[in-house]
Amino acid sequence: MSDKKLILSVRDVKVHFKVKGGNDWPWTPKKTLKAVDGVSFDLYEGETLGVVGESGCGKSTLARSILNLIPATAGEIVWMGRDLRQGSEKDWLAVRRDIQMIFQDPLASLNPRMTIAQIIGEPLRVHRPELSSEEVMKRVRAMMVKVGLREQMINRYPHEFSGGQCQRIGIARALILEPKLIICDEPVSALDVSIQAQIINLLKELQREMGLALIFIAHDLAVVKHISDRILVMYLGREMELAEKHALYDKPSHPYTRALLSAIPIPDPKLERNKVIQILQGDLPSPINPPSGCVFRTRCPLAEAQCAGERPELRRLSADTQSSCLLA
Amino acid sequence: MLFRSKQKAVAEAMAANLSMAAVEGRSPWADARERFLRNKAAVVSLILLSLVVLACVFGPMLLPHSYEDTDWDAMAMAPTWHNLHLFGTDDLGRDLLVRTLIGGRISLMVGLMATIASVTIGIVWGATAGFLGGKVDTVMMRIVDMMYAVPYLLIAILMVTLLGREFYLVVLTITVFSWMDMARVVRGQTLSVKSKEFVEAARAIGVSTGSIIFRHVVPNLLGIVVIYTTVTVPGVILTESVLSFLGLGVQEPMTSWGVLIEDGTGVMETTPWMLLFPAAMLSLTLYCANYIGDGMRDALDPKDR
Amino acid sequence: MSLLQVNNLGVQFQTPDGLVSAVNGVSFDLQAGQTLGIVGESGSGKSQSVLAMMGLLAKNGKASGEALYNGQNLLTMSPRQLNAIRGDRVSMIFQDPMTSLNPYLTVERQMTEVLELHKGMTRREAKKRAISLLEAVRIPEAARRVDMYPHEFSGGMRQRVMIAMALLCEPEILIADEPTTALDVTVQAQILSLLKDLQRDFGTAIVMITHDLGVVAGLCEKVMVMYGGRVMEYGSANDIFYQPSHPYTIGLLGALPRLDHDGSELVSIPGNPPNMANMPKGCPFSERCTHVSELCISTLPPLAASAANPAVLRACHKAPQELKPSVEVVAHV
Repeated sequence: MSDKKLILSVRDVKVHFKVKGGNDWPWTPKKTLKAVDGVSFDLYEGETLGVVGESGCGKSTLARSILNLIPATAGEIVWMGRDLRQGSEKDWLAVRRDIQMIFQDPLASLNPRMTIAQIIGEPLRVHRPELSSEEVMKRVRAMMVKVGLREQMINRYPHEFSGGQCQRIGIARALILEPKLIICDEPVSALDVSIQAQIINLLKELQREMGLALIFIAHDLAVVKHISDRILVMYLGREMELAEKHALYDKPSHPYTRALLSAIPIPDPKLERNKVIQILQGDLPSPINPPSGCVFRTRCPLAEAQCAGERPELRRLSADTQSSCLLA
Repeated sequence: MLFRSKQKAVAEAMAANLSMAAVEGRSPWADARERFLRNKAAVVSLILLSLVVLACVFGPMLLPHSYEDTDWDAMAMAPTWHNLHLFGTDDLGRDLLVRTLIGGRISLMVGLMATIASVTIGIVWGATAGFLGGKVDTVMMRIVDMMYAVPYLLIAILMVTLLGREFYLVVLTITVFSWMDMARVVRGQTLSVKSKEFVEAARAIGVSTGSIIFRHVVPNLLGIVVIYTTVTVPGVILTESVLSFLGLGVQEPMTSWGVLIEDGTGVMETTPWMLLFPAAMLSLTLYCANYIGDGMRDALDPKDR
Repeated sequence: MSLLQVNNLGVQFQTPDGLVSAVNGVSFDLQAGQTLGIVGESGSGKSQSVLAMMGLLAKNGKASGEALYNGQNLLTMSPRQLNAIRGDRVSMIFQDPMTSLNPYLTVERQMTEVLELHKGMTRREAKKRAISLLEAVRIPEAARRVDMYPHEFSGGMRQRVMIAMALLCEPEILIADEPTTALDVTVQAQILSLLKDLQRDFGTAIVMITHDLGVVAGLCEKVMVMYGGRVMEYGSANDIFYQPSHPYTIGLLGALPRLDHDGSELVSIPGNPPNMANMPKGCPFSERCTHVSELCISTLPPLAASAANPAVLRACHKAPQELKPSVEVVAHV
């Protein structure tokens, strides 16, 4: 892993929003919603980082901050050695050739008034305006075949396709510029199980062929297991654990990871019925007022007094595991 | 793996079986047109309204009388075939049919011009507010709210008194009070489109803000714009008629349906046709415009994509 | 006598594109205290089947066949008779807890309404019972929270409130339509564990509709797999999971990302979800089946006892032995 090229390095990224309560007077100071509160990780060429967490953990916001769709409020986003947050709009435009995104709702991510040809060809029109329209169409067709769409469908509109096919269109659009990194924001959550498998297999195949790095965001650890090399577990905007795949699934070192893993239903009656589930008590705390110290302590079965003190950061426990649990 | 090659074979066989002969897709507009044409009330209204418009434009050229000619043989006469006074005449011997059609020209023309003007203002106002958002949006929408609060009739009277009763000033007065609905609706739709994932996807690709507006936002606004334009038309025509009825509309000898209705109300007991025919024409036009608007709304319903 | 016996249930919708059959030939048997899982993807008809039984179909929908509850056909009852049963003997919980509760009424009012209607209780008695049930579903500080509005609860808690409401009259059957799909996985685990405990304590029969085979494995004794509006396979959970005998079930098990498997290749099912307005003449799964033959495309396979195991019903022209290679592939993946 260390001889692979480091392409993205995210350091202590924070995304904070100023929010007003609905009933506040205009002069009450705004509160801060800490959607992402200090996340750091490295990404190497050709590898897949799975980012997992439940609702409110900030994984989608983190993804969008890497592309500046939601600007990060602090931290460094170092792409190929350059800190993107210090760059200008032009720098971001150049980066968008190399980093692309696919979205959760396959149909909503496509403009209903544009044909597939126009949708898939749009990145080429923006970044390679010198290409002739025949050349653009040629590339669009080639990409459609690559993602498993029939060429005859090229002039159809998004609403004429199924969910899985729409997601393939989204993938084609993301790949047409031959980027180095694709950020996948819950790309299979809205799809049927049988179609999920198709899309995951497609992404893996394309990754192998094109040497892509992927950041795969999901709420389902089972899905992420099939595509990730390393996995980052998030909770309330912070990192809980960052580990190699086998280390995370075989010996999870953070209580939250353990709770998540035990909660996932296994389609095997004997295993599932004899399983001991770690039930987390309580509710998710508010991101406007997160608990002091470790944010997970209010629901953690192992919480002690020291957990409420200083905020724990990710510590390297071994070659393949980092955890932010003080007790690990 | 055995399974996978089998899968590929199945997929190919399936693809060959599916009959996807047509290469051209069915755009959302084509779908909408289909839906509109299936709505009988809307289609009939469209035909009737076209007939009314054609009659008003070409009718007077085909009739022997002009709108100010006095027919000394036929003063205050009921509708009759004699001299082709199909709608009858008024007490000055002027043919009502011609006057109704000429009046129609004015009413429809004012309606058309005021609609175009208010729709344009409304779209620009609403789209700007929706797109810029934040404080600009708040300020612009509060101005819209204030306009709603203004009692339009009183201000209309004031404007007409100060500015006079020229044709263009009547159009102006009506426009000033008809653009707010469109502004609100366009702003709402802009906000909704702006937050859609495909706009986010366009930003992720690096599409410039200008292109986002023109290629992504605007085409998705057109649906609601068309709907509300067809809804504005009857309102504008009615406003013009109301102003004319109150004596604030176009000046003599130009006439409009509102003026004719006002005249007709005065002599309604003795010569009822003077009121009936212009009122019927106005009602028919408004009904048709409303049905067409409804049909458009059903056909283009934004909720239906 | 079984508690609920469904025979040849069908649901058709009148649409601008013509008559669409959403459900065809669904039959099953529910005993008292049993749990049945109905599994399927979009277009399988699983939700419409139970909505038909509860009399909750959309205006343009029509149900056919029989759904015998204690001998009476739910599908042909008058609205009045159905109302006496709904909420009292048979109750239902839905997928989205956000929209299933009335935002303008307090939780207390929504719950006492049910009790006043079906049990003739006074408001005070009803409130006491509501609080005890909220405690049974493990809502902390139930006595205080009962006076709150739905928006003051979190998603998981709202779903518990729904479950509490459904159990107020101690129904014999609880129908749960994708109750945990919209919830986080840790919250889902809590809800499922709760349902298991409640079922044990109250002896309620549960019909669980879901697309998640993992949920079914943990909770259900019998499993019915649906595709394209028809039953593909119906048997005990052990039979379905350990010895699947229908290509669709086999395909689903292979396509499912599983924690207990190695994490390498997923075996996907080719093709797209069914278009209910345009179903093939034969087996609805024929378009995507890797074992498909001419017979499968032209003739609808009947739902019949499996040759390998008479306790399992399957709708497939191929014999179970012919499917063995596929079973091995997914079992060892």
